[in-house]
Amino acid sequence: MAITHEGPAPAARPPSTSSIWNDARFRGNVAQVVVVVVVALALGAMVWNAQENLSNQRIASGFGFLDQTAGFGLNQTLIPYSESSSYGRALLVAILNTLLVAVVGIVFATILGFLVGVGRLSKNWMVRKVCTVYVEVTRNLPLLFHILFWYLAVLAAMPAARNSYSIFGEVFLNNRGVYIPRIVFGEGSLVGFVALGIAIVGAIALNRWSTARREKTGQQFPVFWTSVAMLVALPLIGFALVGFPLTIETPVLRGFNFVGGSRLLPEFAALVVALSIYTGGFIAEIVRAGIKAVSHGQSEAAASLGLKPSLSTRLVVIPQAMRVMIPPLTSQYLNLTKNSSLAAFIGYPELVQVFAGTTLNQTGQAIEIIAITMGCYLVISLVTSLFMNWYNRRVALIER
Amino acid sequence: MKQFLTALALGASAVFASGAADAATLDQVKQKGFLQCGVSTGLPGFSNPDAKGEWTGLDVDLCRAVAAAVFDDPTKVRFSPLTAKDRFTALQSGEVDILSRNSTWTLSRDATQGLNFTATNYYDGQGFLVRKSLGVKSAMELNGASVCTQSGTTTELNVADFFRSNNLQYEVVAFQGQEETLKAYESGRCEVFTSDQSQLYALRLKLADKDEHVILPELISKEPLATAVRQGDDQWFDIVKWVHYGMLNAEEAGITSQNVKDMLNSPNPDIKRMLGAEGNFGEQIGLTKDWLVRIVSKVGNYGEAFDRSVGKGSPLQIERGKNALWTKGGLQYGPPIR
Repeated sequence: MAITHEGPAPAARPPSTSSIWNDARFRGNVAQVVVVVVVALALGAMVWNAQENLSNQRIASGFGFLDQTAGFGLNQTLIPYSESSSYGRALLVAILNTLLVAVVGIVFATILGFLVGVGRLSKNWMVRKVCTVYVEVTRNLPLLFHILFWYLAVLAAMPAARNSYSIFGEVFLNNRGVYIPRIVFGEGSLVGFVALGIAIVGAIALNRWSTARREKTGQQFPVFWTSVAMLVALPLIGFALVGFPLTIETPVLRGFNFVGGSRLLPEFAALVVALSIYTGGFIAEIVRAGIKAVSHGQSEAAASLGLKPSLSTRLVVIPQAMRVMIPPLTSQYLNLTKNSSLAAFIGYPELVQVFAGTTLNQTGQAIEIIAITMGCYLVISLVTSLFMNWYNRRVALIER
Repeated sequence: MKQFLTALALGASAVFASGAADAATLDQVKQKGFLQCGVSTGLPGFSNPDAKGEWTGLDVDLCRAVAAAVFDDPTKVRFSPLTAKDRFTALQSGEVDILSRNSTWTLSRDATQGLNFTATNYYDGQGFLVRKSLGVKSAMELNGASVCTQSGTTTELNVADFFRSNNLQYEVVAFQGQEETLKAYESGRCEVFTSDQSQLYALRLKLADKDEHVILPELISKEPLATAVRQGDDQWFDIVKWVHYGMLNAEEAGITSQNVKDMLNSPNPDIKRMLGAEGNFGEQIGLTKDWLVRIVSKVGNYGEAFDRSVGKGSPLQIERGKNALWTKGGLQYGPPIR
């Protein structure tokens, strides 16, 4: 039986005269504009109120202090800095010191984490247990203890400068850090560096060529060893052409300390070691989880195709595990960077110590300085995660 | 972290608080029933908890004297231990009512930090502590040395000035807290520990091998250690200032915690005015007539506080030196109470 409308027809809806408020999209836009305006007004009121209160309390405000002379010394500067430099310059030095610790820490933590993570899946009982103990001990202790341990315990065990441990009279180890000889490049060294540049470009080109050839013909080429040979031989030839204009500057004990050579601050060393070991424990678990996430069928399939276990791990398992590992790895990298702020406890001149510490106290401009410091960490973290997201997309499974 | 929280508290109070001027500190203190006093995290002689957990020291005694003047009870003080980095922010944000924490009085701090220094509680200067085994006799022999210091102090700036103006090489290692700094010096990270000389005497007592360390003769700076209050509350500023001057005047007039009750009957008009037997001087600054009787009977005069905290009656054995009364060749001078 067909259903038909009996009786009066429903009143026709007049679409043209309907209120614009009935349009969901319009209402949405209005709501967004209102929210943005309210938030902006609230922020503006906060800033205005803060300025008003600060001037009532006679506390200096504004960012003019960044141009004033800092007047304090810093013991690790990657760019030229002296006591007569400005607070702004000190901020720059501090950011670079933070970045240095973060980058070196991330590299070591990643290497350590991968080794231990793979070790936890080893068939060898001893290796497996050692790796398990490492993970459980490191990630279950607060990071501050790691840092204080590596700083105070290791520092206390080191001799004074006059009784340094010496390795072949070239490298010196004492409670002021590690002193290593520095290579001083003389005139004509440019040739050697150009040769090194050519070698790097050559290695990249070789890699592309061999990949293309392999995809076309299936033929293998020993890219790795050829590249290594090129990277060593070409700069050597370059320097030989101009007669090796290199001199080696050995650290010498003069007065209280060594002068000359390069020096690794004990604060830096302790911080890098502590951050790497601590974060390495977390990364190891991420690596283990990533590898476990690749189904066993994948390596069986690889084996049945005749791939050696080493090749099957490198070409089949790891690339698939990477997809799982990258997002949590990004968090660990961000954590490591932010955790470097604990260096204030051992006197390493990084962002919190130099800027949110010394500079804040000398100028008293807490609001501006804390805001700048937070801004710096935010930018560093956002850039890190942007890079990791880009890398994540690159290694993501390409579905056809 | 604490530093950050304090800064955040200041930020929040600056952002959200109403623009109206704060209520008078004296009224707030009376209302809460105790005085909140910012002190160091533990510096023998100046502010340090003793074996029973009671805070003692010259800086602590000033807070106790203020509490005695306001409440007639020197125990109505709560102490906030503050690091060098936190101290001014804690005062600005209202976390403490008074900052009595061996802080150097400088122009820029007075002008830009929203605080007023009341009076110099202890005249000090910056010195150097080194190991005897180094064989150093003068600071001029410290070329190339590593120097441990606390970050965010005038010390950090003075040491830079000293080495720079004498063309000496140095490396500064700055730590957040006094404890960390001392530990790093003890472990040999630095040849030199630098701080105000009074602190060097105090901290040397904490070292395991304290006789192996020597304080060099040079003083490289003026460090008037002064008490500070928030700017904009003149009444409170006057009270804290006059509590210190009152203790100085009491010492000058020979009024001690032992004889203050007898002194009430003294015919000397100066003493009559001080102790409230004549005039209403205490009331003029918002306290009671017997304000100085309260202070001296409960806490003592400046000399008594000095002796038991840092002087002859203490392990520090510091001479009065510049901190003697002006009548005895020192700099401590209390304006007249009249």
